[in-house]
Amino acid sequence: MTPRRRRLTLVLGVLVGVAIAGGLTLRALRANVMFFFDPSQVAAGGAPRGERFRLGGMVTKGSVRRAPGSLEINFVVTDFRHNLPVRYTGVLPDLFREGQGVVAHGRIGADGVFVADEVLAKHDEKYMPPELARALKKEAATAAASAPAGS
Amino acid sequence: MLPELGQFALILALLLAGLQAFFGIAGPHLRRDRWLDAVVPAVAGQFVMVATAIGCLVTAFVTHDFSVRYVAENSNSALPLFYRITALWGAHEGSLLLWIFILSCWTLAVAIGAARLPARFSARVLGVLGLVSFGFLLFTLATSNPFSRLIPAAPDGHDLNPILQDPALAIHPPILYTGYVGFAVAFAFACAAMLEGRLDQAWARWTRPWTTAAWSFLTVGIALGSWWAYYELGWGGFWFWDPVENASFMPWLVGTALVHSLATTDKRGLFKSWTLLLAILAFSLSLLGTFLVRSGVLVSVHSFAADPTRGIFILAFLIVMIGGSLALYAWRAPLLRSTAGFELGARESFLLFNNILLVIAAAIVFGGTMAPLIADALGLPTLSVGTPYFNPTFLMPILPLLALLPIGMHANWKKGRLAEKRRKILATLAVALVLSLAVVFGIFSQPKLLALVGLALGPWIILSSLLDPIDRWRRRLTLTPSVLGMAIAHVGVGLFVIGITVVQSFTQEHDVALARGDQTALGGYEFRFDGVENIEGPNYDGVRASIIVSRKAVPLGTLYPEKRRYWVQGTVTTESAIRMNRGSNLLLALGDDLGAGRWSVRIQVRPLVNLVWLAALIMALGGGLAGIDRRYRLAARNATELATGAAAAKEAAG
Repeated sequence: MTPRRRRLTLVLGVLVGVAIAGGLTLRALRANVMFFFDPSQVAAGGAPRGERFRLGGMVTKGSVRRAPGSLEINFVVTDFRHNLPVRYTGVLPDLFREGQGVVAHGRIGADGVFVADEVLAKHDEKYMPPELARALKKEAATAAASAPAGS
Repeated sequence: MLPELGQFALILALLLAGLQAFFGIAGPHLRRDRWLDAVVPAVAGQFVMVATAIGCLVTAFVTHDFSVRYVAENSNSALPLFYRITALWGAHEGSLLLWIFILSCWTLAVAIGAARLPARFSARVLGVLGLVSFGFLLFTLATSNPFSRLIPAAPDGHDLNPILQDPALAIHPPILYTGYVGFAVAFAFACAAMLEGRLDQAWARWTRPWTTAAWSFLTVGIALGSWWAYYELGWGGFWFWDPVENASFMPWLVGTALVHSLATTDKRGLFKSWTLLLAILAFSLSLLGTFLVRSGVLVSVHSFAADPTRGIFILAFLIVMIGGSLALYAWRAPLLRSTAGFELGARESFLLFNNILLVIAAAIVFGGTMAPLIADALGLPTLSVGTPYFNPTFLMPILPLLALLPIGMHANWKKGRLAEKRRKILATLAVALVLSLAVVFGIFSQPKLLALVGLALGPWIILSSLLDPIDRWRRRLTLTPSVLGMAIAHVGVGLFVIGITVVQSFTQEHDVALARGDQTALGGYEFRFDGVENIEGPNYDGVRASIIVSRKAVPLGTLYPEKRRYWVQGTVTTESAIRMNRGSNLLLALGDDLGAGRWSVRIQVRPLVNLVWLAALIMALGGGLAGIDRRYRLAARNATELATGAAAAKEAAG
């Protein structure tokens, strides 16, 4: 190839490659990303039925139930306005605790229970998924705003 | 006193970095050759200052100086000595200091190694490195001072994050950073060439060993991180496509492209401006990686606490460095014409495909990593991108890349004929295909398409890589380190493909509830739960389960997965137990007390997973071997001989 044609091939190759990669990336992104919802958004019907999504909130104190000796566990995730029951079968992460933040991946079953296939708890003292932190901050702000009237 | 001394040393280092940048860049530009003499002393001085600062911080950790905020936050009087030292890079401020220290090590190495290069050129290289160092030192001093005091001093420290209390983590960040930061050298060489407006084959020969060395370190660093995640994060995964992992993987992909593009520039004087662009890109991605990890903008298992001012500073720094170098590129690259031509099917064209495919792969990882950020910035719903996106998309450029590799490495420069090698390549392909069918149907007896493809590609790459060294050995020709290094690195690629294919296709895993005496089977192994007992360590307590493993009723031994609770932070960690048998890793992780005497246990049988990390080490070994080839040193010596003309004479007078 002459230098000119080689450069042309290079440029065309890169352009075509980038275009293909871009197109496929967008397609794959559309098909494979998960969106994040909190229980209030779920209650308002924001979460798509039958599709996987990320659910975030706090594990309600005293809500963790487990049939003795079974891997199945039930708990309630709350954002202090709405609650959503969650069912999960498997080993929970080390930092899963009542009254702590949690993110669960899964979908809403026919009985309205969120069936999780993966549960993530915050990784250390400092870490919290930003979307969860934001959702909880919003809650705290609304709670503070309504507090004087209530008490 | 020592922490103040450390901070003072950092301030001096900042000034020296400024001098190094100024004299190194302005000196050659204004043709003040006497200014160049100040560059190397500034490099040496900066190294001493940064080393002093590191020494002060280590001393503060070792002597439990909890009046230093960083020590109080990341250490504890119960922490063993070894982890008190490695706690240095356990959080943001210290790892930034480590970044700077490694940069000054590289700079010192370049100052020594590039002493034989033309004086103006090496001054420019060191000047650019000084600029990078200046930015990071300014960042550290302005937003993340590791020496800031805590008044009053804490009675005891908050402890190092327990998951970081691990031997592999002691070496993972330094090696990873050595790779990351090493691309700064390639970047500096690229900027110096652009400032000079001259880029020849000799330039590529000078740059190659540095780039290959950085690439090798990055390879080892990523492999160590993956290994650590496998056994320490507890649940047996070894690659999560986590933003922080991606942050190190993107520079690796572009760096791999750069290593190959440099080879072409070296041998044939081609791809000059493309090589420059890749050098800029590799370092930009390293900086972006630092930004992603340090600013806490991404959801990650690794991110440190978020601080918006830091993010903005790094972002500004990123824009200055990347924008500046790209502007320089736009201005200077048109000067660098490649003149030679080549045929389609020549080695150059294979290297071109290699580069295109690797850059596409990097773009795919980039897209997936940045999509949540971009969606967030645009006010779209919060989203997350994970394995379901990355795995299939990543394969699209990588499969053709792997398929072209065994052919491309035998292609001739310039000419598009494979000639007599065609028969050998086809023979290796035939052997690989038979092997693949035999393994997939004979050993695993599970017909999976991807397994067939991967297990054919891996052995094909290995066999094809060995053709050349074997041929040379039989004809009693010398095997130079660069030929051998290339073959070893490519054998590493083949082994990696085999490992990853087998792991991804044939891993078996399940979570079970077990009481004392219960038995369960998985992947041809039996596991009997023999109860739990309480344990106590130097700074934690916990429970330890005993699980007896056997294969076809022949006992293999007992495994002891643990669950630890570290006292200071109250953090619970899972310490999985791993046993290797017949090439498979059996991993046991202890879950929760389920009541009624039963515990949840995760059991995983991962065949050939160790091969994945071993293969990465072999790749790095190949890179290291290729990097020490004598011809690079000869190239540098020739440069000195050439330079012993006018310029050197003038310097001697000054």
